[in-house]
Amino acid sequence: MNDWMLIGKNLFRKKLRAALMLLSILIAFTIFGVLAAFHKAFTAGEDVAAADRLVTVNKINFTQPLPIAYFNRARGVEGVKQVTHLNWFGGYYQDPRNFLIVMAVEPETYMDVYGADLEFPAGMRRDFITNRTGALVGKAMADRWGWKVGDRVPISSNIFSQKNGSHSWDMTIVGIFDNRTPRLDTNFMVFQYDYFDETRSFGKDMIGWMTIKTTSSSLNDRVAKTVDQMFANSSYETSTDTEKAFNKAFAAQFGNIALIVVLVVGAAFATILMIVGNTMVMAVRERTREIGVLKTLGFPGGRILRLVLGESLLLALLGGLAGIAVATAATMALSRSLANFVPGMAVTPGIVLIAVLLMLGLGVLTGLIPALNAMRLKITTALGRS
Amino acid sequence: MPSDIPLVRLVGLSKGFVKGKETISIFERLDIAIPSGDFIAIMGPSGSGKTTLLNLLGGIDRPDAGEIHIGEQRIDGLSETELARWRAANIGFIFQFYNLMPMLTAAQNVELPLLLTKLGRHQRREHVKTALAIVNLSDRAKHYPREMSGGQQQRVAIARAIISDPKLLLCDEPTGDLDRGAADEILSTLATFNRDLGKTIIMVTHDPSAAKYARRILHLDKGRFIESELAA
Repeated sequence: MNDWMLIGKNLFRKKLRAALMLLSILIAFTIFGVLAAFHKAFTAGEDVAAADRLVTVNKINFTQPLPIAYFNRARGVEGVKQVTHLNWFGGYYQDPRNFLIVMAVEPETYMDVYGADLEFPAGMRRDFITNRTGALVGKAMADRWGWKVGDRVPISSNIFSQKNGSHSWDMTIVGIFDNRTPRLDTNFMVFQYDYFDETRSFGKDMIGWMTIKTTSSSLNDRVAKTVDQMFANSSYETSTDTEKAFNKAFAAQFGNIALIVVLVVGAAFATILMIVGNTMVMAVRERTREIGVLKTLGFPGGRILRLVLGESLLLALLGGLAGIAVATAATMALSRSLANFVPGMAVTPGIVLIAVLLMLGLGVLTGLIPALNAMRLKITTALGRS
Repeated sequence: MPSDIPLVRLVGLSKGFVKGKETISIFERLDIAIPSGDFIAIMGPSGSGKTTLLNLLGGIDRPDAGEIHIGEQRIDGLSETELARWRAANIGFIFQFYNLMPMLTAAQNVELPLLLTKLGRHQRREHVKTALAIVNLSDRAKHYPREMSGGQQQRVAIARAIISDPKLLLCDEPTGDLDRGAADEILSTLATFNRDLGKTIIMVTHDPSAAKYARRILHLDKGRFIESELAA
C-alpha cells in the first residue's frame, strides 16, 4: 500500500458518489474539448497567416466585389512583390449539401503569392497556367472525394450561373497540391479566373479580393495605406489589412467563438466547482474520525493535506482526462462531417495542455478547503473528545 | 516485570477546560511515575479525566501546566509535527470502537503506521504478517472490518498498535464494546504483550474485570490518584 492507493481507496469508498462526480467532470471537459477544438479551427487562419501578406477587400465588406483593374494598379505600388486576386465561387459537388471551398484565381500570381505555404511543382504550375479549365485541388479535398489528376469533375456554384443558365462548371484536375506546414488545411480547390469570368452570367471583370505579398513585412503599413489611398473616393473604396487581421475578421463573422467558449466552459466549471467542492467537503467531514485516527497514528498535518488534496486532484484528472478522450473522439467524428465548414477541427496537444492545467486548478480549488480543514483538525475534536 | 526506571513521568500536570466564563480544572499539579514494563489500569468515574490523561500521555492533547516525560523525551513542548513523528515511533493506541478504516482490509489497516517509516513494500508485508499472526488473525488478512466480529476488529486494531514496536501502549476502554468472551481474549493478549514482550501498557477502563488483568490499578477522582492497588 502507498499514499496513492490510500487516496484511491478513499475516493472510491462510495462508488455511486464517485461515479457521479466523475461524470460531471467528464461532461465539463468534453464540452471544453469540443468547444476549444471549434475555436482552434475557426482561428486557425490567424496561425497560418504570413507576415508579409496583405488582403485588400471592398471597404463596405468583403462580400462586395472590386474591379479587376485594381489588380494591375496595386502591382505598381512600391514595396509590393506580387499581387493575386481571388473570387469566392460558393461551390458544391453533385449536391448542395456537399459544400466545397472553391475560388477562382489568377493562376500564375496565385502560385507566386502562396508558394511558400503550398507545394506547386514546376509541372503542376505549367499545367495550371496553360489549361483554361484546369483546377488545382488540395490533398485533403482530393482524398475526401477520391479525385486524381486528369479527372474531369463538374463543380456547381450556389452563387453564380453560366450564360447558358447552368450552375455547373466542368473542371479538369491538373494537380493535387499539398501544404508545406501541417497547420494549413488543404481542403479547398482553385481554378482559372479567366474561365470563370468569361462564362459567368453576371459580375464580369469583378474580383472578390486581392492578396498582396510585400517585399518586407516592415512595409506592410505603408503599402496598405498607399493602396487604400489609391482607391479612395472611388465607387469601390478598399480596406487593406494584414492577412492575420483579415482571417481574424473572417472568423469573427461567425460570432465571438472565444467568448462563447469562455462563457459556456466557465458556466460548466463554476457549476462543477460548486458540486465537487461541496461533495468533497461533505466527504471529508464524514471521515473526521478517520482523519483523527490517522493523526493519532502519527500522520502529520501536511501529509493529511496531501492525501485529501490528492483525492480531489485524482478525481479531477480521472474525470478530466476521460472527458478529453470523449472530446477527441467526438471531434474526430464531427470533423469528418464538418470538414467543409470547419476544416482542421481537432483536440490539439495545446488544448490537452490547457485542459490538464484546468484539471489541476479544479482539483486544487475543490480540495483545498477540505484539505486545510483536515490538516488543522484537532485530534481530540476528531475523536469526539474534549 | 516492571523496571525501576520510569517510562512515564508527569510532573505538576494541570489541565482544565473552559465552560462559558468558568474554567473547570480536571487535574491540578498531578505527579506520577510509571515504570517501564508496567501494566496499569486507570479507573474512575465519568468526567474524572481518565481519557484526558491518556490523550496527554499520547501527545494528542496539551497540558495547561506541568511536564510530561516519556522515556528520555519531554513531549509537552513539542510542535504538532514533532509530536506526530514522536507518536508514530513511540506510541500504540487502542480505542474502544477499534477505529479501523472501513475501506481497507485487515492487512492494510495494520500496515498504515508503516507508511510513516522507510520500510520497503516487502518488509512492510512481512511485518504485517507477523503482527496479524501475533493476534491470531492470519486467515483474516484480506477481510474488511465489516466482515469481522468486534473482537476480531479489536485484534486488528491491536496489531496496528504494535506493528511499529512502540514503547508504550495506550488503551482507551479497549473492551468497552465487546462481550465478556471477546473482552477476555483481548485482555489476555494485552497481558501477554506486557509479560512476554515487556510492553508498558496504560489502560483506561470502567470494568473491574478488565482492570484485573493489569499489574496495578490507579483510581482517578477529582484530579487526584486517590488509590493505588495491586491487581488481583
